[in-house]
Amino acid sequence: MNIPSNLKYTKTDEWFDPATGATGLSDYAQGQLSDIVFVEIVVAVGESLAPGKAIASVESVKAAAETYASVSGKVVAVNEDLSGNPEVLNTDPYGQGWMVKVDAADASGLMDAAAYAKYCEERAH
Amino acid sequence: MTEPTIYELSSPGRTGVTFPDPDVPLAKLPKNLLRKDLPLPELAEVDVVRHYVNLSKYNYSVDGGFYPLGSCTMKYNPKINEDTARLPGFAFTHPLQPVETVQGNLILMYTLQEWLKEISGFSALTLQPAAGAHGELTGVLIMRAYHKDRGDNKRVKMLIPDSAHGTNPASSAMSNLQVVVVPSDARGNVDLAALKAACDDTTFGLMLTNPNTLGLFDENLEQVIKIVHDCGGLVYGDGANLNALLGIMRPGDVGIDVMHYNLHKTFSTPHGGGGPGSGPVGVTEKLADFLPGPLVGIVEESTDDEPPLFGFVTPKKTIGRVKAFHGHFGMLVRAYTYIAMHGPNGLRQISEYAVLNANYIKARLKGVYTVPFDRICMHEFVTEGQWADAPGIRALDVAKRLMDYNFHPPTNYFPLIVHEALMIEPTETENKGTLDDFVEALLKIAVEAKTTPDLLHEAPHKTPFGRMDEVKAARDLVLCCWLPEDYEK
Amino acid sequence: MTYIPHSPKEREAMLAAIGVKSLEDLFKDIPARHRFPKLDLPPALTEMEAAAELGELSLGNENVRTDLVSFLGAGAYNHYIPAALDHILRRGEFYTAYTPYQPEISQGTLQAIFEYQSLICALTGMEVSNASHYDGATAVAEAANMAYAQFRGKRNKVVISPTVHPQYRATMRTYVQGMSLELAGDDPKADLDAGPEALEVLIDENTALVIVQYPDFFGRVYDFTKLIDLAHARGALVCVAANPTALALFKTPGEMGADIVVGEGQPLGIPLSFGGPYLGFFTTRKQYIHKMAGRLVGETVDNRGQRAFVLTLTAREQHIKRERAISNICSNQGLLALAAALYLSLLGQTGLHQVAELCFHKAHYAAEKISRVKGYSTCFEAPFFHEFSVCCPMPVVEINDHLLEHGILGGYDLGQDYPSLKDHMLIAVTEMNTKEEIDALVDVLAEVEHD
Repeated sequence: MNIPSNLKYTKTDEWFDPATGATGLSDYAQGQLSDIVFVEIVVAVGESLAPGKAIASVESVKAAAETYASVSGKVVAVNEDLSGNPEVLNTDPYGQGWMVKVDAADASGLMDAAAYAKYCEERAH
Repeated sequence: MTEPTIYELSSPGRTGVTFPDPDVPLAKLPKNLLRKDLPLPELAEVDVVRHYVNLSKYNYSVDGGFYPLGSCTMKYNPKINEDTARLPGFAFTHPLQPVETVQGNLILMYTLQEWLKEISGFSALTLQPAAGAHGELTGVLIMRAYHKDRGDNKRVKMLIPDSAHGTNPASSAMSNLQVVVVPSDARGNVDLAALKAACDDTTFGLMLTNPNTLGLFDENLEQVIKIVHDCGGLVYGDGANLNALLGIMRPGDVGIDVMHYNLHKTFSTPHGGGGPGSGPVGVTEKLADFLPGPLVGIVEESTDDEPPLFGFVTPKKTIGRVKAFHGHFGMLVRAYTYIAMHGPNGLRQISEYAVLNANYIKARLKGVYTVPFDRICMHEFVTEGQWADAPGIRALDVAKRLMDYNFHPPTNYFPLIVHEALMIEPTETENKGTLDDFVEALLKIAVEAKTTPDLLHEAPHKTPFGRMDEVKAARDLVLCCWLPEDYEK
Repeated sequence: MTYIPHSPKEREAMLAAIGVKSLEDLFKDIPARHRFPKLDLPPALTEMEAAAELGELSLGNENVRTDLVSFLGAGAYNHYIPAALDHILRRGEFYTAYTPYQPEISQGTLQAIFEYQSLICALTGMEVSNASHYDGATAVAEAANMAYAQFRGKRNKVVISPTVHPQYRATMRTYVQGMSLELAGDDPKADLDAGPEALEVLIDENTALVIVQYPDFFGRVYDFTKLIDLAHARGALVCVAANPTALALFKTPGEMGADIVVGEGQPLGIPLSFGGPYLGFFTTRKQYIHKMAGRLVGETVDNRGQRAFVLTLTAREQHIKRERAISNICSNQGLLALAAALYLSLLGQTGLHQVAELCFHKAHYAAEKISRVKGYSTCFEAPFFHEFSVCCPMPVVEINDHLLEHGILGGYDLGQDYPSLKDHMLIAVTEMNTKEEIDALVDVLAEVEHD
């Protein structure tokens, strides 16, 4: 399982990149969902986010999940290409699978890669 | 060999069922409002009949074999029901005819209302909802109307056990309620402590399936109901598992306030490849005024010379109608026929033998299949389709391999609280021989899982079709075989 | 009589295997004081007796094939059902099959539904159809649900024409109780002569959906293109509830630009059956598909390379999305969707067109003759299909009593639902009505007036 060390993570399997403000679904999440067939981003540029607010709705062949904001801040960009290529969330969750970019500075409440890896391991039971 | 689609079989110029020329003078058609072409297929009757007969050969059905689908109650569909529903006196009556001309229908509906009330212990009942989920929505709206009528507007939380069917939270959400999930305890009952903690004056109610989707009768049933009532909430009974309770216990007697019935489960109306169902809703006296209208009632009492006149009555504080017309009348005729033929003793036997059959299979699988809750079950039970010493084998593989033994798989991956769940509900209409064959197949598969796992991974092998590419189906959406650009006039 | 096959010996063997002594031992978890209630129900009948009882009940009705000549429509229509249809429907492989969750052994059902979806798209002029809703009324309610979801709750107004079927509007009012939607336009006292433009003033930037009926409840046919364009300009979606027989003749709502087309599929080979089970067809455009509720069958291939069909986009549905599902719907009207597919296949292009023309010409003949009877006139000017409204010289209920004495089931009393339409009757004519029957109707109407 891929857990890049430069990113931060949430208990609900979102990743956040403090350098770019981008956020999306982790590799663990896309693996759990398996083949993703639909994604809808439900926030728009300019909207304010707080942790726990839904930012996207994701459907795979067998499951559905919501993606939540991990930090507070304003949405500065939305990945328009995702709706036409939902598979990208499976193949490149940390790269082309970015969902929104937020102008946030404070990622303090989030887990680092090591903590998230431990969290994922514990859940497997 | 696959069967072509109806459009692929179509051939220009072929006609099927045709009609006479008009016997009246022709009126002027409004040219600017007409469509230019009608791209429907062109086949002769024999082509159509063969097509559908060929398609039918690809279907497994109750008439063809055993369907141990948990929660679906795939019992035998009596053929007499099909005949009674088709009697011209029923089939060719219009829903809006004057009541004097449809007393037969109204008597049947009124009697069925009375019988269903008696069977589950309710004071009032509607036959209008079209299906179980529709009945759930109806029930939730009734509960909402009750709270509102009493000025109790704080109640916004619906408590739902973690083992519940997806329609329960969905129906709650359709009424703008917040769903609060209540966990199950180690014996498969609703966790009393968690329930107590969740109950306060914002509790709208509890949606309870009993027996639950694990096939277990809640050992603390009366306490569960009391806890919810004590905080002012109502208890909704999901009647999907009523096949375990006929003549055994009446949900109304233990305090369930509102419950939907599934006529297509408990009362033998056929599943039809996905529908139609029918979801009557029964309520206790305090909720009776809120039922959807119209209901069937006596509108003129009998006299010495005349029988009573049946008609439609609207409850005083009705939530309104939940669909057009009166409900799935054709299914009501079937359910009436079924109940009439069983009587009180027959109904009790249904549940006794449904529960006997489920426990029998469970007992015979002991030691080979893990059943997470080691208790007497009701009409169904849940087992795991996985073994520590068969790595990589999942419930899905067991299910697909069962098809090679000529059985429809049990329900899988539900309820969500059991890993690799296989929910088995044999129903009472299966004989011991069938159950033994099913057990033998499952035991063989358990061995295959360890010795020849690929047989399961690649199953089914003996069916007309193999496993489907569901990813392709969802990603390359093809939902229609008629495309305007392909169609030649 | 029951369908339980166990012999006493088998029962004993099974109890022993379980480890209990009697059937009663299986029910120890039931609270003792509520266990084994005595049900006050009539004693069991054998099949022969049940057949007799049901037969007698059915004869307590007058039906529209053998007892009455019907001119009653108002949302349910007396059409001819081809003989071959029921023969297929009675095949146990179809009607005793379950929902096709295991596609390997359900290709019959799956392909039949896929074809149904295709046929309904062809009829409505729309891009995608689901596997059906319960009926026309609930399909309309689901359209409102869908529009609300499409706008993610940012628009919460639904505009509905008062000329939509009263029972459909009533159903909407019930559904809306639990939702964050407000209804506008649902006013039976509105000006019913005004035409679709009357709704324009109600459509604003808070409108999620506009709902109209085609033909409307009074039988009138309007082209909604202009209304749809206006709604779109204001950002709203439009749902047209259409009669499927009419669609064989008239411009499709798809062509007019509708976003959602639903309707009651009962006219497509489904018997009147005192109101149900019927069939709610539901279609939309590809772009809205993820907000559409209901089952959906898609094409794919199996692992042997064969073309096959499977339930798809299932993650939309309640068993996966649970409280986040757009709708709680689980079942569809499976067997009735099959009936509709059979009807459309058996009649085909030619047959269905013939039925629609017969309805049109016979209805216009009837309207013309009735309007020439003293005291009666047709109420509205707009073009109509197979239903029209008649202004009568006396209460409709009196006229209908008189008609019944002559074995005729008269039309619907519009005054029940519309205060301005007292003494107005809605008359439906289908291919089942002969010229002689129509002439007889006219004669009796004249006779009633005379008295």
